[in-house]
Amino acid sequence: MRYSGWKVITQGLLGNKGWTPAWREPAPKAEYDAIIIGGGGHGLSTAYYLAKNHGLRNIAVLEKGYLGGGNVGRNTTIVRANYFLKGNQEFYSHSLKLWEGLEAELNYNVMHSQRGLINLFHSDGQRDAFARRGNSMINQGDDAILLDREGVREHLPYLDFEQTRFPIYGGLLHPRGGTARHDAVAWGYARGADRLGVDLIQNCEVTGIDIENGKVVGVQTSRGAIKAKKVGIVVAGRSSQVAAMAGMRLPIESHILQAFVTEGLKPVIHHVISFGMGHFYMSQSDKGGLVFGGDLDFYASYAARGNLPMVEHVMEAGMTLMPMIGRAKVLRSWGGIMDMSPDGSPIIDKTHIDGLYLDCGWNYGGFKAVPASGWCMAHLMATDQSHEVARRFRLDRFRTGHLLDEEGTGSQHNLH
Amino acid sequence: MRLTCPLCGPRDRREFYYYGHEDYLQRPGPDAGPEAWDDHLHLRDNIAGEVRDLWYHETGCAQWLVVTRNTVTHEILSTELVADRKKKGVRA
Repeated sequence: MRYSGWKVITQGLLGNKGWTPAWREPAPKAEYDAIIIGGGGHGLSTAYYLAKNHGLRNIAVLEKGYLGGGNVGRNTTIVRANYFLKGNQEFYSHSLKLWEGLEAELNYNVMHSQRGLINLFHSDGQRDAFARRGNSMINQGDDAILLDREGVREHLPYLDFEQTRFPIYGGLLHPRGGTARHDAVAWGYARGADRLGVDLIQNCEVTGIDIENGKVVGVQTSRGAIKAKKVGIVVAGRSSQVAAMAGMRLPIESHILQAFVTEGLKPVIHHVISFGMGHFYMSQSDKGGLVFGGDLDFYASYAARGNLPMVEHVMEAGMTLMPMIGRAKVLRSWGGIMDMSPDGSPIIDKTHIDGLYLDCGWNYGGFKAVPASGWCMAHLMATDQSHEVARRFRLDRFRTGHLLDEEGTGSQHNLH
Repeated sequence: MRLTCPLCGPRDRREFYYYGHEDYLQRPGPDAGPEAWDDHLHLRDNIAGEVRDLWYHETGCAQWLVVTRNTVTHEILSTELVADRKKKGVRA
């Protein structure tokens, strides 16, 4: 069924009885040409682009829980292309372009809203660094505007500019940055993939990867063995466990990142604001909730919930930056399990096993990468070659020293 | 989360700096080669369950601790001074 405004009106008049399920619930077949492990944003977009761009039809996505139930449903929905390093830049630039056409592409309202993102700076040195980053974004073909203090004040008059610890000197505005509806992205790709014949199989946990003579031949699952010559592991949050089924040890440490949302308020924050010095960022959802978060809890964890010291730290940073939010009530908080890599950048690469591919290590930047990650992972699985914009996301770059350390913080997983 | 320092007793998590898995105690020799260093610095078992990792009692006694804990439940199972382990001759 094609969705449209007309459809909403006619269905409304007919008592909404004509809507059909957005995707099928197929039973797993005995064999597929390609299997994607993981039905999150990245797995679903990989399946979609494998079918759409590369003409594969006999594809399955295996998901141990329900579609979109992992980090794609647990993030703070920010979409941006403000990276500095060659290797990251072209990838996120490609991703943002895909975002801009995503709703038309998928015939699905993902509520992509380019409301502008402002990264604040608080010293002369930081201004220089942001000017350099902005120039680099412009050279890449994206947009960036360096704002002085008065420029920021025009956009964000409610900030506390004179706070003693980090007085605001200005900000780097990325007008094409913004947010999207996280669940809708997973659902839109799921529906799109299903319409192209992809089998989306939920409640199907992969328990083993079958390898013969250095080649992948299929997977073992909670719903029986399934054969496939190509298998993609797209399970950020659980990458180490699934890769261990193929005898691999990954450069990944899992960490917890918390996020928070307040009760719904009238529209008050029209941008995405990032306050790096205080480890705080915020936007307001279309429903009215202030969505905000901070930094990692800093210790390895799979708990999907954090500890109170980081809650306190985030609230303090928020109050430092915008005291006006002090009376908003926090509705809920949650934690996501991050695949932290030693340089803060992801991995989209082949493995040493023929036919086994890996998409992981998204740190806390995975949401905005959903379209390009699927695009590039599909390209890799279909052609056995890295896509042009993802060719530096190599699995062996830590050994060879070709790091993509955007923050320049060294090879400790939790420092990115 | 509270950790029990063998010297200072039960203390708030904020007094400690987390470094990473106890693998860091097994530093390869300078001539060990890139594979050994890659393994030491980057690769992790990354277990969901019981692990042993290194914490530094930064605002307490400034000792390094090996903490045995569960990464799924956040339960702290035991703590030990790195210095004590070295005295016992334990190599991680």
